[in-house]
Amino acid sequence: MTVLELDKVSIRFGGLVAVSQVSFNIHAGEILALIGPNGAGKTTIFNLIMGLYKLTDGKILFKNINISSRKPHQIAALGIGRTFQTIHLFNQLTVFDNVLIGAHTQGGRNMTGALLKWLPAIAKEEKDLHELAFRCLQMVGLEKKRDALAKNLPYGEQRRLEIARALALKPSLLLLDEPAAGMNPQETKELMELIHVIRNSGITILLVEHDMKFVMKISDRIVVLDYGAKIAEGVPEEIRTSPLVIQAYLGKVGAR
Amino acid sequence: MGNFLQNVVNQIDPYVMQILVNIGIGIILALGLNVITGLAGQLSLGHAAFMSIGAFTGAILTIKLGMPFGVNLLCSGFMAALFSVLIGFPTLRLSGDYLAIATLGFAEILKVVFLNLDITNRALGLSVPPPYSSIPLPVYVLISVVLAVTALALMQESRFGRALKAIREDEIAAEAMGVNATRYKIQAFAIGSFYAGVGGCLYAHFIAYINPSDFGFLKSIDILNMVVLGGLGSIPGVILGASLLTTAPEFLGFMKQYRMLVYGIILIILMLFRPNGLLGGVSFKEMVLKIFRKRTQPSRA
Ligand SMILES: Nc1ncnc2c1ncn2[C@@H]1O[C@H](COP(=O)(O)OP(=O)(O)OP(=O)(O)O)[C@@H](O)[C@H]1O
Ligand SMILES: [Mg+2]
Repeated sequence: MTVLELDKVSIRFGGLVAVSQVSFNIHAGEILALIGPNGAGKTTIFNLIMGLYKLTDGKILFKNINISSRKPHQIAALGIGRTFQTIHLFNQLTVFDNVLIGAHTQGGRNMTGALLKWLPAIAKEEKDLHELAFRCLQMVGLEKKRDALAKNLPYGEQRRLEIARALALKPSLLLLDEPAAGMNPQETKELMELIHVIRNSGITILLVEHDMKFVMKISDRIVVLDYGAKIAEGVPEEIRTSPLVIQAYLGKVGAR
Repeated sequence: MGNFLQNVVNQIDPYVMQILVNIGIGIILALGLNVITGLAGQLSLGHAAFMSIGAFTGAILTIKLGMPFGVNLLCSGFMAALFSVLIGFPTLRLSGDYLAIATLGFAEILKVVFLNLDITNRALGLSVPPPYSSIPLPVYVLISVVLAVTALALMQESRFGRALKAIREDEIAAEAMGVNATRYKIQAFAIGSFYAGVGGCLYAHFIAYINPSDFGFLKSIDILNMVVLGGLGSIPGVILGASLLTTAPEFLGFMKQYRMLVYGIILIILMLFRPNGLLGGVSFKEMVLKIFRKRTQPSRA
């Protein structure tokens, strides 16, 4: 089953074609990696999926719903969670509040009930949201830090907090933008385990990552971008040996 | 009941009562701005304009319709909220400080409109008769303050309040969590302006005479000062800020003309030493809990 379908997706920023005619599908339950040299357009594709940028051309379907012209909050509410390449936490709020806000879309549904039941309904909902947020914190191992301010966490924990916050949205698709960036080898290993746990809980994952060992080990399939265009797609073994991919990476290194 | 309350009110020295009522109105106005600026992180520079909408609406409803004061307060609040939605709808859809510019312009335009309308008695201003109610005005002020504080305390800890804080902290991340930033910003602006409208209506009936020029830019800055001085987003802070700045002119006496200068200096000192305000980061809930804990377990200390 296809969870997300990109169909000839393009975006121009002025004269720069940042993403050009990119098509690929993400299947339910897989871990798909999106790789490519710096500036290839990976983050831009995330922002296109989330509705942060408007497509110049093409369309994006999530569970067969065309989300191309929807707003970011609507797309998130459909069940796409994300983390950011540059950390976007709610800095002055506690770790727990950060995750509670992640659970935002899980609330507000039974509010339309009878007015008489209003207050108890809110109390019940708050309890549910707190439980959900706590479970998400446990999943990334941050439950002991629940009362710390997000800005005071070390870098690696901030990245995990972003994941917990995205999980609280109960997404069916999770977008991770360079989740291992700035992590030490031990943290990276734990992250890999965490991503497997998340996938095994039924969440499909699209991730961008520069750490090739990490990518080759964790992904089921890989899509390679270069200068905004897709140059390869396949299982890790195919990508590792693809001359086009090697050239894209070596070419860049050689040029520097 | 009304007689009894009137007797109670009469027991208090009129000068003290005047200060208390002014503080109460200041608290309501500042709490309103705190929802907009402290919680949702949107800068409104025209809070006094929404106060003036409430003041004139309230005055006119009393003069023309003899409306019962409780209902009048609600109508005045809703009128201010209605206008805030009209201003907020086009400007709050954008992220950035468009609201500051729009509210600034709106306040100036509104002043000119009030100065030219017959119903607001043009530049002469309106004399406001006493409110239609057997309950004395200070009691209305007290009840309004209690309701305003309670509502805000509940709001801050709710899903709604968290969404506002999320928008203040990082709008892009908030949207990525499914928070409809535009909707929540407009709602926060409307709630804050509702507070301003209620404050304005109380003010009009208390002071008994209103003029469009009472609600200018300096008044908006006054209210903003209350919020910033005490601590953006902190209810005890806002109450302290409103109390200090309302009473300050009484104490400053001869320095009255230099009020703005003194505030300016105080704010600069504050920015340097307590950038989050006097009580920044202090939460109402924690304060109440702390007092409660001390009362219940005195032996522990
Ligand atoms: N909002 C924007 N306005 C103009 N140009 C942009 C914008 N966003 C991205 N770009 C450009 O689009 C291209 C792709 O950028 P993108 O951030 O998607 O790269 P990336 O593959 O994520 O790179 P990295 O690995 O360095 O994160 C770059 O040339 C970038 O400068
Ligand atoms: Mg990137």
